Amino acid sequence: MTTNDVVLERMHESQNSKTMLGFWIYLMTDCVLFASLFATYAVLHGNTFGGPTSKDIFDLPFVLIETLILLTSSFTAGLAILSLRAGKRTQMMSWFAVTFVLGLTFLIMELTEFSQLAAEGNSWSHSAFLSAFFTLVGTHGLHIATGLFWMIVLLVQAMKKGLTESVSRRLTMLSMFWHFLDIIWIFIFTIVYLMGVL
Amino acid sequence: MEQEKTNSLLTSYVAGFLLSIILTFAAYILVANHILSGVLLVAVIIGLAIIQLFVQLFFFLHLGKESKPRWNLLMLSFALGVVIIIVFGSLWIMNNLNYNMMQDMHDNSKDIRDQGGF
Repeated sequence: MTTNDVVLERMHESQNSKTMLGFWIYLMTDCVLFASLFATYAVLHGNTFGGPTSKDIFDLPFVLIETLILLTSSFTAGLAILSLRAGKRTQMMSWFAVTFVLGLTFLIMELTEFSQLAAEGNSWSHSAFLSAFFTLVGTHGLHIATGLFWMIVLLVQAMKKGLTESVSRRLTMLSMFWHFLDIIWIFIFTIVYLMGVL
Repeated sequence: MEQEKTNSLLTSYVAGFLLSIILTFAAYILVANHILSGVLLVAVIIGLAIIQLFVQLFFFLHLGKESKPRWNLLMLSFALGVVIIIVFGSLWIMNNLNYNMMQDMHDNSKDIRDQGGF
């Protein structure tokens, strides 16, 4: 390896870590977005306008299953990154496929809950509490949907281009995004659902 | 060397996964079986969520394993500061506002009563 190669490699590394830091900063601003939605929900939680309260509409065992599915998908995303580091492309893609299926199941469960609520006449237009609930949980669901779409795009890239440096970097950022969404869900599970049925 | 690193990462993912499952179930069982009550229960389940936050930050996102300077950690601390100000600030202000509004309504109705109605 010549000196030039070493310099080039260092430049790539610092470029990589800059991109990672930039993505991390994006995640932190997303955190602030969710904080304002959580604050809105906490303030409006009691304003039910004669409609159902959080005690009436939440089904805890259902939400526990959702939580466990998302947690498992976060774990399998981690395993996918391990395979990526080991350079095992097929293994990496199968772990991401498992993550995708789990994430999609989670999203379908969430949409089922939403459509049931709407069918019972408890949609977001019914009360301030329900508006805040749908906005908070719906924004998380939208992030999950975006993550799933991103996963498809990256898996196609990995299939076509192989594990190039940029593809690996993007896959690592996707896994960070996925872990981050699981962390947000812990707080939705605790603050919205668990504290909602007290 | 690389193999060792992969093994330690695998251990960290498995540990994070198991701890998260335990913490989730602990919070769920406490609420579903009404084991504690009132403020104590709320404090304990929020405590469990915060522990799980740090478990996932360390075991899944590998925070604290980056080399210095720790920009990620710095950004996280800043974001947490903003989050705390937004959430607690909003609750504080809005609760005070509700309280003051109710005071006003109460006082007004008392005035009206004192004057013998409208």
